[in-house]
Amino acid sequence: MTGTLLVGLYVFVLAMFVGFEIITKVPPKLHTPLMSGSNAISGISIVGALLVVGAGESPAMRWIGLVALIMATVNAVGGFMVTDRMLQMFKSKDG
Amino acid sequence: MSISTVIAITYLVSAALFILGLKRLSHPETAPGGNRMAAVGMLLAVAATLLDEKILSFTWIVIGVLVGGLIGTVMARTVKMTAMPEMVAVFNGFGGAASGLVAVAEFLRISGSGETMAADAGVSIMAGTIIGTVTFSGSLIAFGKLQGSVTGNPVQNAGLRLLAIALGLGVLGAAGYLIMAEIDPRVYWGLVGAALILGVLFVIAIGGGDMPVVVALLNSYSGLAASAAGFVLGNNALIISGALVGASGLILTSIMCRAMNRSLSNVLFSAFGSATAAGSSADDGDKVATPIEAEDTAMILAYANQVVFVPGYGLAVAQAQHKIRELADLLTARGVSVRYCVHPVAGRMPGHMNVLLAEANVPYDQLCEPDDVNPDMENIDVTVVVGANDVVNPLARDDASSPIAGMPIIECDRAKSCIVIKRSLSAGYAGIDNPLFYKSNNRMFFGDAADALGRIAEEVKEL
Repeated sequence: MTGTLLVGLYVFVLAMFVGFEIITKVPPKLHTPLMSGSNAISGISIVGALLVVGAGESPAMRWIGLVALIMATVNAVGGFMVTDRMLQMFKSKDG
Repeated sequence: MSISTVIAITYLVSAALFILGLKRLSHPETAPGGNRMAAVGMLLAVAATLLDEKILSFTWIVIGVLVGGLIGTVMARTVKMTAMPEMVAVFNGFGGAASGLVAVAEFLRISGSGETMAADAGVSIMAGTIIGTVTFSGSLIAFGKLQGSVTGNPVQNAGLRLLAIALGLGVLGAAGYLIMAEIDPRVYWGLVGAALILGVLFVIAIGGGDMPVVVALLNSYSGLAASAAGFVLGNNALIISGALVGASGLILTSIMCRAMNRSLSNVLFSAFGSATAAGSSADDGDKVATPIEAEDTAMILAYANQVVFVPGYGLAVAQAQHKIRELADLLTARGVSVRYCVHPVAGRMPGHMNVLLAEANVPYDQLCEPDDVNPDMENIDVTVVVGANDVVNPLARDDASSPIAGMPIIECDRAKSCIVIKRSLSAGYAGIDNPLFYKSNNRMFFGDAADALGRIAEEVKEL
């Protein structure tokens, strides 16, 4: 196994642990915003899509990259916006 | 400092913002800021990527971002809160597909260039392709089931199960072949096709009522797909973010399973919800449910100290969120302490009912969980069950042979009194009778939820 892959695995496993730690603290009443918000974060594949489109090595890859970019952008932009819309609804008794 | 160092450090900042943002989601006060923090992290990651020297042309990037941003904005602005599960399912699918396509592009690049594929790159590409594809087709079916265009019944039989196993083995075999033996695009497209069908079979086998678990699980997959794409590109930002989402989806999946006291494999493979009402035993005639009318209900509620509403998804179906909040406001104004106890499986995705109540301006400090209410149940004067059934069924606690045995419930039967607002005495999703309806401390208010709550509120005003 190469060094990059190993480092990647280290990063992956440690990030999973961090994820478990912080997310178990989110109360059930916020689970829907948690889901749509973390869902928006998975739109990070936008970074991968940008690299594919931008490099544009062949017309086929450019199209594949474009579709990936659109989908990832919908995921990220839509996800963060709808989460914001939901969270604005949560108000305390005092307003 | 070289450009690539700047990019790498910006990714690290993005990852830190994602983690801090998620951490802030643990309280309604800090949550909006947390979400925006994560959005800023995403923006930084995108900006950093644009500095990458591999990016030669920006025309297509601008097109993609504009189109995607527009679609995302319109969807986020217009979606109804009741349709959130559908929306999350679609977004999961898009995220999975985007990650999968990144893996596809890398495969095409390698196969086109005539390079050999290193084993570790091969494993990452195959994992990214498979997880992304399964997430995509599975999410589309989940969307269809939630929205009603695909049957809510579990579609499952021995033949389909065999097909799924064969396809699963085929996918693994093809991946192994591509990594170890030879880069053959035809084998690769076969793998993509098989993975698409696998995603369909996986979700279509599950009943509509169990979709919340599936959506949570697919949420986790969409994260893992992003991680896999990160391995493909050797990009730590993707690996970290994907892992965070993967962890979050897994936690929500396990919370939902625990709230139903069912294992994940039971949810995925048992075709639950296909059996038609096995309940309604022969001794139905002996049990008498005592009805109650609006005037008496209003009296009981208005002169209580502590009232707990137990809303189920039926409340949202009847569009009665605002009615219940109006009634609660009238009671609060009279000095009654009012809370809403929401079971984790109320609604169609984790936490869904809370969002619907928040939309109706219910203050979040009045929202609580079964564990907040159950220990103190004897001191609660009235519990009002609206549009919920299985989650208040005492059989889950008392009858070890019941299909819902061991499921955590809201123990309304232990309160001083209980009022169930419901059209009839019919069974819930699990298809079993509910003894709560016939208890001496329970009254049945027969009728439509919105109408009933409105009439009760009118009576409270008269007092």
